[in-house]
Amino acid sequence: MSTGLLEVRDVQKSFGAVTAAKDISVSVPKGAVYSLIGTNGAGKTTFVNMVTGYIKPDSGVINFGGQNIAGLAPRQITRLGIHRSFQIAQLCNELTVEENMLVAGAIHGTTKPSFLRPAHDKSARERAIATLERFNIAEHRNRLIPELSGGVKKLLDIAMAMAGETQIMLLDEPTSGVAADEKFPIMDLVINALKAEGVTVIFVEHDMDIVTRYSERVLAFYDGQIIADDAPDEVLSDPEVQRYVTGGPA
Amino acid sequence: MMHLPVYVSAIIAFVLLAAGSLVLPDWAMFLFAMALAKGLVCLGIVGMMRGGVVSFGQGLYYCLGAYTATLVANSFGVSDIFLLTLISAAVCLAVGLVFGPLLSSYRGIFFAMLSLALSMVLYGTLSKMSFIGGTDGLNIGAPTFLGWAPEGRPLQTALYIYVVAIVVIAGALMRIYFDSEQGLITLAMRDNELRVEYLGASVRHVMTYNYVFGALLGGIGGTIAVLALGHVDPEFAFWTTSGEFVFVAILAGYLSVPAVFVAAIILELVRSFSNLYFPNTWQLALGIFLLIVIVALPGGLGSLIKRSKETDT
Repeated sequence: MSTGLLEVRDVQKSFGAVTAAKDISVSVPKGAVYSLIGTNGAGKTTFVNMVTGYIKPDSGVINFGGQNIAGLAPRQITRLGIHRSFQIAQLCNELTVEENMLVAGAIHGTTKPSFLRPAHDKSARERAIATLERFNIAEHRNRLIPELSGGVKKLLDIAMAMAGETQIMLLDEPTSGVAADEKFPIMDLVINALKAEGVTVIFVEHDMDIVTRYSERVLAFYDGQIIADDAPDEVLSDPEVQRYVTGGPA
Repeated sequence: MMHLPVYVSAIIAFVLLAAGSLVLPDWAMFLFAMALAKGLVCLGIVGMMRGGVVSFGQGLYYCLGAYTATLVANSFGVSDIFLLTLISAAVCLAVGLVFGPLLSSYRGIFFAMLSLALSMVLYGTLSKMSFIGGTDGLNIGAPTFLGWAPEGRPLQTALYIYVVAIVVIAGALMRIYFDSEQGLITLAMRDNELRVEYLGASVRHVMTYNYVFGALLGGIGGTIAVLALGHVDPEFAFWTTSGEFVFVAILAGYLSVPAVFVAAIILELVRSFSNLYFPNTWQLALGIFLLIVIVALPGGLGSLIKRSKETDT
């Protein structure tokens, strides 16, 4: 009997001769913080891409809120409440930070995006700025994306994904491309903001300090399979994980 | 009041442009009417450019609108300009709704070439249909205005004011659309389709809206052009006609609606005077002119308006 908010059962995915996901089964309860670890090519991003609709699994079931979402388009999955950020922040470079946020607000609004309602409407701007403030990036609101640091880009990417009614947030390497001294402040900010809203978090991460500090449960991937699924300390001390993933004790 | 600056600008633009009918000679009024009609078609291209695609086949709707008006006028004796515009717009809207979803999956050169192919299919078909004039085309009588049938200078003036009114209304509506939530999503799509899809919007739907609006504007532009000229032929759908529209759209850029009509008027003026003073090399002058604009103003004439606004603030 399934109890998780997200239930992944026996999911498989191959790209030609390469099997990127072999019988992946995971149950993620509501409000949990999961991290995905593994070497490059282990299948972490494939997992995220399958859950968010970028890749259609060859077989298996991805249940979310009682509905099999495997094979749905990304926008349909987003509309259900599964949002994501990207390893390389996906932003609109010709727009300002505030305008990027306005786009997210317009799409995620309570009504359909309008052909008449001004995008720069006072209430829309207030909502956008409030979200930017929550992520401590409101001061950058009039800047264009190429002028921003990696950390601010990451935060904006996540803030945009949070504009809707998010139930699950998948963060693909939220601290990659971020300066070392910015990593923990950014993660503190993001995880606190997501937890405050009761959002279930699944994040891909290579930094084991971040994994240990922020996740409640860790899924270790190797060669398209989950080789460990437990609390951080248990997973990181697992000899198989040390051999194939971390390369030694954490 | 929502959109008040747009309404005020539209009223001022209408008054200024309409006042031109008091001072402009007949030839200039005709030239302006044609330029504004073509500007409407180009405005449709600009709408698509904001989403990151350029249609090289907008002649399809320009021609379709013109032929629809002519055939309705000649076959059913309809001469009312409002009714002819409405019927042509409806036909172009319907055709746009058929082709829009098909083309919305394509980007870049594929979108451009497919749209061009559609217009060339219409060109080829019309050229072979001798019962509607073949390559010679068709003539259409002077339009009437809700029962009023002016002739000579009053006809020119009425037609010119009608064009100005349509242009101002269409321009204001497109400005409202460009500034709207959907308009901003279009701009975001131009930058990053992946982000837009992952925010939960359908990129294909947005593309289709822009294409359909372009079809509608193209049809209205074609109707006005044929009523001003009194003649339509398959050249309306030929690739060089579509190329002219793209030329104007590039010249204008996607930032400003008035810039589209200014660019259309510039093209008509440059073409008319170049044709008059150096008939064999006027295309060269046009090419050099476009080259200068692309190098000096990569964002088009519209970027000048934006730049001056930024300087003011």
